[in-house]
Amino acid sequence: MRTETMGLKNTLSRTPYYVLAGGLAVIFLFPLVWNAWASVSGQPGTAQESGYGFGNYRTLLDYDAGLWRYLLNSTIVSALTVALTLGVSLLGGYAFARFDFPGKNLLFLLTLAILMVPYATLLIPLYVLLGRLHLQNSLIGLSLVLAMFQLPFATFMMRISFEAVPRELEESALVDGCGTSGALRRILLPAVRPGLITVGLFAFLAAWNDFIAPLILISDSEKAPLPLAIANLRQQSMGAVDYGATEAGVVVLAVPCLLLFLLLQRHYMRGFMSGALKG
Amino acid sequence: MQPQVADEAAAGRHAASTSRTRRAARPHPPHQAGGPWWRSRKVKGLGYAAPTAAFVTVFFLLPLLLVGQMSLSDWPLLAGNRGGNAPENYTDITDGTLFWPAVRFTLLYTVIVTVILLGLALLLALLVQEHRPGVGFFRTVYFLPGALGLASASLLFWGLYSPTTGPLSPLLEGLGLVDEPVSFLGAPTSALLSTVFLVVWKFAGFYMLILLVGLQRIPHEVYEAARMDGADRWQIFRRITLPLLRPSLALTLLLCATGSLLAFDQFFILTKGGPDNSTVTIVQLIYREAFQRLDLGTAAALSIIVLAVLLLLNVLQFRGLRRADEP
Repeated sequence: MRTETMGLKNTLSRTPYYVLAGGLAVIFLFPLVWNAWASVSGQPGTAQESGYGFGNYRTLLDYDAGLWRYLLNSTIVSALTVALTLGVSLLGGYAFARFDFPGKNLLFLLTLAILMVPYATLLIPLYVLLGRLHLQNSLIGLSLVLAMFQLPFATFMMRISFEAVPRELEESALVDGCGTSGALRRILLPAVRPGLITVGLFAFLAAWNDFIAPLILISDSEKAPLPLAIANLRQQSMGAVDYGATEAGVVVLAVPCLLLFLLLQRHYMRGFMSGALKG
Repeated sequence: MQPQVADEAAAGRHAASTSRTRRAARPHPPHQAGGPWWRSRKVKGLGYAAPTAAFVTVFFLLPLLLVGQMSLSDWPLLAGNRGGNAPENYTDITDGTLFWPAVRFTLLYTVIVTVILLGLALLLALLVQEHRPGVGFFRTVYFLPGALGLASASLLFWGLYSPTTGPLSPLLEGLGLVDEPVSFLGAPTSALLSTVFLVVWKFAGFYMLILLVGLQRIPHEVYEAARMDGADRWQIFRRITLPLLRPSLALTLLLCATGSLLAFDQFFILTKGGPDNSTVTIVQLIYREAFQRLDLGTAAALSIIVLAVLLLLNVLQFRGLRRADEP
């Protein structure tokens, strides 16, 4: 009897909490759900005039260079950025965590200093510089720039990952006759894998979603990554705005990000936590 | 971000010194080919750091020097460098009719976004702080928009705000709040507020996470002691939670203010700076100078000014944080 009234009291005192938290959850979910629904539902002035179907997605397939082309561009840029970021920060993190060399602290500070310089400040000279390197309007040039912007987080993350590995592990490998590169490949690489996943995840999301860097560095619409292509799509249908195709584009852009987030939530949080803690 | 740099430098020094003493105490690893082992180790360290050094030099230091040179030169986009003209680019900036309105607008936007975003993020963090049924679901849902890119989120809200096909106008009409379709992006104030809503939606979960980490670092004993002393909820929040959360709040403030001062994607996509150039931010101005007025010199000068302001902000914030860390 007593526990029953307690239970009722608890439920009552919890109700305002769930009303507030649930109401907020509805507001946070609503735009995502609406967009997904709108992309397949009928609207006048779109390829899907009425009923439900994938007309808007078919518009995307045929738009300008075609959805596959833009997806390919985005995939190339993301893959290159991830590979460059992982490669450079793996070696750099190893160097900063395990070696003493002249200029070590200066180089580490300079790498972190990239965070302090606004994106736009660097993109204007990078536009000129990539021109001189014959990398203007090139997906490779874009990937190099995006990887550079990832380096502060990636290097920091890989350095603390290497520092967390006990030295004894590496030294026993060295005693067994592995060189430092052998120790890195065989012993350390598995040990820093969680750090690599976090770094790779963040590099992918940054490259997949970036807008201002391709806007400035890519001038050829054939080479546009997906976000830029979808933004351009809005302006090009003869004055009339195709909301349906844009909504379909947002779905294509968002689905990989949402899936990665839900699948790799732990690695995601780790990245944010270290971001929060280091600050 | 200044503080973390300094912390890291200290940590680096610390790590370096402990590793030296440790290595002296144990037998040396076997010699690598040629020379004493420590020398080859030094060279190897340099080798492993070389790609980082190359990246930092070519894509960070070089552009930084170049932007300085560009800001002091007559540098049309198509013709390239036409020689020094200092300080013309800098004086040109304030001559532009959009400069002061853009500064005012960027500051206004930053203040509004920061206040609303941090307030909501704190509320969300408090809501999901304690373990109770469903709390994991709420955390995930609040953070979900953060998984999207800012450009994707802006494109999404561009459809959401559409007066013809968006759901918000009919919703407001249905509730009897308005009697005709609302043009969310059609007037300066509502365009600003609509963009603020988008940014708050996108980033609230991210700042919630940072504040949540801070909240969870406050020891339980402190709360218990306060409760024993008869403090009510509000007193606990005012006297314990807020002061102990100060470092996390300072970090979110810095990140939010920095991000907002550099706002670009959301306005470029949602409002294109309109209506009537009422929502042009500083970074949009850099873009316009460079790629619409084709004047890279003035764009570079603007970039340098933005850099200086941000560095100043970081230094001020660093001092604030250091004070917050003192007991």
